[in-house]
Amino acid sequence: MSETQKATVSTTVNGEPKTVAVEPRTLLVHMLRDELRLTGTHIGCETGQCGACTVLLDGKAVKSCMVLAVQAEGHHVTTIEGIAPPGQLHPIQQAFWEEHGLQCGYCTPGMILSSLALLSEHPDPDDETVRHGIEGNICRCTGYNSIVKSVQSAAERIGRGDKPQPIQSGD
Amino acid sequence: MHPYPFAYRRASTVNEALALLASEEEPKLLAGGQSLLPVMKLRLAQPGTLIDISEIADLRGVRLDGDTLVIGALTTHHDLETDPLIATHAPLLAEAARVVGDQQVRNRGTIGGVLAHADPAADYPAGVLALEATVTATGPNGEREIPVTGFFQGFMTSALAENELLTSIRIPILDGARGTSYQKLANPASGYAIVGVAAVVTLTADGSVGSLKLGLTGVGDVAYRATAVEEALAGQQPTAEAVKEAASHAVDGIEPLGDLHAPAAYRGKVARNLSRRAIMIAVERA
Repeated sequence: MSETQKATVSTTVNGEPKTVAVEPRTLLVHMLRDELRLTGTHIGCETGQCGACTVLLDGKAVKSCMVLAVQAEGHHVTTIEGIAPPGQLHPIQQAFWEEHGLQCGYCTPGMILSSLALLSEHPDPDDETVRHGIEGNICRCTGYNSIVKSVQSAAERIGRGDKPQPIQSGD
Repeated sequence: MHPYPFAYRRASTVNEALALLASEEEPKLLAGGQSLLPVMKLRLAQPGTLIDISEIADLRGVRLDGDTLVIGALTTHHDLETDPLIATHAPLLAEAARVVGDQQVRNRGTIGGVLAHADPAADYPAGVLALEATVTATGPNGEREIPVTGFFQGFMTSALAENELLTSIRIPILDGARGTSYQKLANPASGYAIVGVAAVVTLTADGSVGSLKLGLTGVGDVAYRATAVEEALAGQQPTAEAVKEAASHAVDGIEPLGDLHAPAAYRGKVARNLSRRAIMIAVERA
């Protein structure tokens, strides 16, 4: 098998149909970042430990460095770029901002997608449920407490029907 | 971080997967990929062709077949955590599924993949041993049943033949008062079990132990049933003292592994303590 022989992958990414040609060994994260230029999905460890590359596959959180691009054929992928329209913040992003759920921000896209998947099954999670849900996402800044608060704040915002809002400039 | 190049084929039926296993060069089956892909990225494995079986719908899900629970090989950890039949008939597996990896791994990883991979520190081997499960393997000549007691043959080695596919796990449903528990000390970095202990206890009318099945993982290079513990407690009243004495035999005849995280003597001690705890909790739940 030559390294250049490519497979065609047709997926729906953030609601839009996409078809790209990739080598079978291409990881989903590389297809997203290098072929589709969706660089909001971060690469942290690339060994399946850190969760920075987490995206939603058919609504379920997966590490995109632990899925082959060809395995996404026929499926729906959601990245951080797809959770709110451009220039707007999803309620969970607003919650992370207001509750200081990030410092350097590197883990944040993955953290937010894991949290969204968690909230889809547990709309009002207690501390332990949040921590269990985000155990696959490593943050080296916050110490997690403010992330747990952010996720619970997001639960409240989503629960009361908040919609994405235009970004307000900070103080 | 790329694996070596390989060819990729997606199988949509068991027969298609078996045909590809027979025809492709150096084939490897891909289920959830949560163990295989990391190994390939580290270039510790170099399959010629990956046969992706993850979309074979028939192999996912849980059903009852008379008094046997049948779990499709592609049933994910998350499925096991949330499936009502598992909650009713094999809550031990839901308890184990909950502590596998993390949310993302539980969404992709499958019980069949874990068993076929035969990692000696995986969680399910303890549970399926204690539940006296049978593994169904499908090959060119049809299906065969492999009792799980003979399935794990050594470090990362199972009884599956190269031309076979693990298609389901069958678990007999027990009548009467039964309690189960899975207790685990996880490696804080990998999440794998330093030691994991699964206990299945039945009690008789007078409260004594009718039977105990105890499966241990992580201790040695292969998961095992601690028969010395089982025999020591059978027929006894499960008092704290009796359980502690029985559990002291948890590593009889086993040479515990030693590593950076748990030297052999410590691992043995953890195995005895978690055995005691798993039995006591299972008794409470019976």
